[in-house]
Amino acid sequence: MSEIITGAEAIVRGLICEGVDRVFGYPGGAIIPVYDTLYDYADKITHVLTRHEQGAIHAAQGYARASLRTGVVIVTSGPGAANVITGLSDANVDCTPLVVIIGQVNSWLLGSDSFQETDVVGITQPISKWTIQIRNSADIPAALAKAFYIANTGRPGPVVLDIAKDAQTGTLEWDRYRRCNFIRSYIPYPEVHDTDLQVVASLINSADRPLVLAGHGVMISGAEKELSALVEKADLPVASTLLGLSTMPSDHPMYKGMLGMHGNIGPNVNTNRADLIVAVGMRFDDRVTGELDKYAPNAKIVHIDIDAAEFDKNVKSYVKIHGDAREVLHRLYPFVREAKHTDWQKSFDTCAKIETEKIIQPELCNDDPDGMCKMGEVARKVSLAAGIDPILVTDVGLNQMLSARYFRYTAPRSIITSGGLGTMGFGLPAGIGAKMGAPHRTVCVFTGDGGIQMTVQELGTIMQYGVAVKIIVLNNNYLGNVRQWQALFYNNRFSQTPMVNPDFVELADAYGIKAENVEKRSQLDGAITRMMEYDGPYMLNVTVDECDMVFPMTPNGCAVDYVMLSKDEIFDVNTLND
Amino acid sequence: MEDQQLFTIAIYTENHVGLLNQLSIIFTRRCLNIESVSASASAIEGVHKIHLTCFSDRRSLEKAIQQIERRIDVIKAFLYTDEEVVHQEVALYKVSTQKLLEEKNLEEIIRRHNARILDITPDYTILEKTGHSDETESLFQELKSYDLTQFVRSGRISITKSPIELVDAYLSSQEERRKRLTHDD
Ligand SMILES: Cc1cc2nc3c(=O)[nH]c(=O)nc-3n(C[C@H](O)[C@H](O)[C@H](O)COP(=O)(O)OP(=O)(O)OC[C@H]3O[C@@H](n4cnc5c(N)ncnc54)[C@H](O)[C@@H]3O)c2cc1C
Ligand SMILES: Cc1ncc(C[n+]2csc(CCOP(=O)(O)OP(=O)(O)O)c2C)c(N)n1
Ligand SMILES: [Mg+2]
Repeated sequence: MSEIITGAEAIVRGLICEGVDRVFGYPGGAIIPVYDTLYDYADKITHVLTRHEQGAIHAAQGYARASLRTGVVIVTSGPGAANVITGLSDANVDCTPLVVIIGQVNSWLLGSDSFQETDVVGITQPISKWTIQIRNSADIPAALAKAFYIANTGRPGPVVLDIAKDAQTGTLEWDRYRRCNFIRSYIPYPEVHDTDLQVVASLINSADRPLVLAGHGVMISGAEKELSALVEKADLPVASTLLGLSTMPSDHPMYKGMLGMHGNIGPNVNTNRADLIVAVGMRFDDRVTGELDKYAPNAKIVHIDIDAAEFDKNVKSYVKIHGDAREVLHRLYPFVREAKHTDWQKSFDTCAKIETEKIIQPELCNDDPDGMCKMGEVARKVSLAAGIDPILVTDVGLNQMLSARYFRYTAPRSIITSGGLGTMGFGLPAGIGAKMGAPHRTVCVFTGDGGIQMTVQELGTIMQYGVAVKIIVLNNNYLGNVRQWQALFYNNRFSQTPMVNPDFVELADAYGIKAENVEKRSQLDGAITRMMEYDGPYMLNVTVDECDMVFPMTPNGCAVDYVMLSKDEIFDVNTLND
Repeated sequence: MEDQQLFTIAIYTENHVGLLNQLSIIFTRRCLNIESVSASASAIEGVHKIHLTCFSDRRSLEKAIQQIERRIDVIKAFLYTDEEVVHQEVALYKVSTQKLLEEKNLEEIIRRHNARILDITPDYTILEKTGHSDETESLFQELKSYDLTQFVRSGRISITKSPIELVDAYLSSQEERRKRLTHDD
């Protein structure tokens, strides 16, 4: 039995058929028909009204990454559309599945610079996985189905539907919703061949110094168990990218730490000593590889990725396996032999020992009760106090690097951070979405005094919905990460990095959010306990030293095994050569 | 830096609005200058074929091709050197009819270049030449001295020399997949 319904009604029914029960958005003239329909469906779809469209899209990103579901955003034309651009770009580069529904002016006005018209397709095409403009109501169901299929299959990404207002108000015949499972020009899950896997297995079986690089793609495909099984069988050390953190628990014996600019010494130095690198679901970002010409000179590289465009983009690989990480690792397992790489494993311990002594101990084990807290120390303590399988959501900067490094990960999908774009202002709204996507896990938002102010209006969203996020402002009264570069490479010329900040506790108070200041170490433990015991949102404004920096560091343009331990000490690679 | 040469890029796409834009931004981002473009329907119903030529090195263009193929609406994209394809372009020339009648060797030029006359009026004559770009170019160079008032050259179109039709094969395997999927439904 078919019936005649409006385009707006079709959108909302389509969302429900796709299993959507929560959307993030902000209304306006060109999307009012959809909002009018949402009013009727409030029992099926919860709409979260953020305070800015950028907040809505980052919240949807947090939601998607915490739940692996598709995040849905609904905004109006013109300025509403323009305000989601940062989030689209962020989601595109960080493989985040979103369906972004944007109202557009009436179709007969398109192209005439009419009120609140902006060229959504033109602007969003380069930063989305797929974009379509809909001018006819009848096209809505199929386009929506296609959008969900594209967003959350293959390499996930954001999809934009630019829907003219008259397509929302016009009518169509609705019988049943057909989900999409096929697009002629798109193969989301390519076929993997045993013969290729056997080549990979023989490389693994004959390697003396193998290293597995685990990226975001491992978690996207849900391949954490398959990865552990494989690396335990063949005794393969694993290092992860920033977005691959928590693929394995922090204390897993095969897990050796993070790669890249602010990663751990062992993974970086041993990248250049390895004879085989097996990269799974990671895209060799330049923050990971450092100087490409000096990257992994002794290794054959196996690249496993679902997106063929990543092969040989930055790093030439010896074997490419085009497929889903979970399937590939699962099918690789039987071909791989049990092995031991004792000396090679030990070399990671040697590095870890030096890092512990020179960097980790000073960050975590200072016991001066009157001293200012260290960022890493706060992150470690919060993660240990945050109950079962907490989620770290970060903003960008030192707060991000240090919380990512020192948070203890116990379960997969425990870090949500803006990696590829490095969007300041991501943390607070993404934390809101993460809590809604994983309501039973404690969500700890680490942010800087700079970053929080980029989307601080979202405290209003937290207030309105009582979102129980734990917000930790690591407050150095500086744009700290930039300050670090100025201190190291620009002769301490702190151009436009000091900031005069508001009283964050009073600010939180104005939103009815409980908050307290932590000015010295002796106040930290009590404050964390109160924050964790409180049933609701809570903020700690922790004073940290403006001079604190994040180390180790591989500066831009250096090889990965050039590791600065401090401003004046470089890690001596020869330590490992005896 | 690898050797630079002129490559032909053939892209098969769905026939959607805004496709050329999706493709051209990939070249813009990678600072690749498109020399010529030509777009039309292909022999396969509903499939569009776009030809681009670009002067660059193979590695840069291979990366661009990967990013082109990543676009959802792109069916397949290929990179060819001149040896791998038969290619042609069309050029039109407008010259003064007066001159054409006066100068005997102009007629000889036309014949030598194997050009065709499309239209003659008392004022002007329109010539057409199909061939490789060096051929259309050399006629242009010769006509320049004879009151040439307009000259236009199309983008390159090409057909592969290979006996295997990769797009057909791709589409039929996709059709198989579609049938399996609807069967499972
Ligand atoms: C201030 C700052 C500092 C940073 N420092 C570091 C650093 O020190 N170290 C670091 O690592 N990063 C760092 N980053 C982050 C960095 O920029 C990249 O975002 C990050 O390295 C990307 O990680 P990734 O490749 O694992 O994830 P993504 O960029 O999300 O890529 C995931 C890959 O997995 C693939 N994939 C997706 N799904 C599947 C599937 N089902 N099967 C197989 N493959 C799949 C995708 O195609 C893609 O290639 C930093 C960022 C900032 C802002
Ligand atoms: C939107 C945006 N603008 C600018 C930057 C450049 N940037 C990177 S880190 C940083 C400083 C962040 O300062 P703060 O939020 O206080 O964090 P801290 O590094 O001090 O922990 C800046 C300005 C950015 N990443 N994002
Ligand atoms: Mg700061």
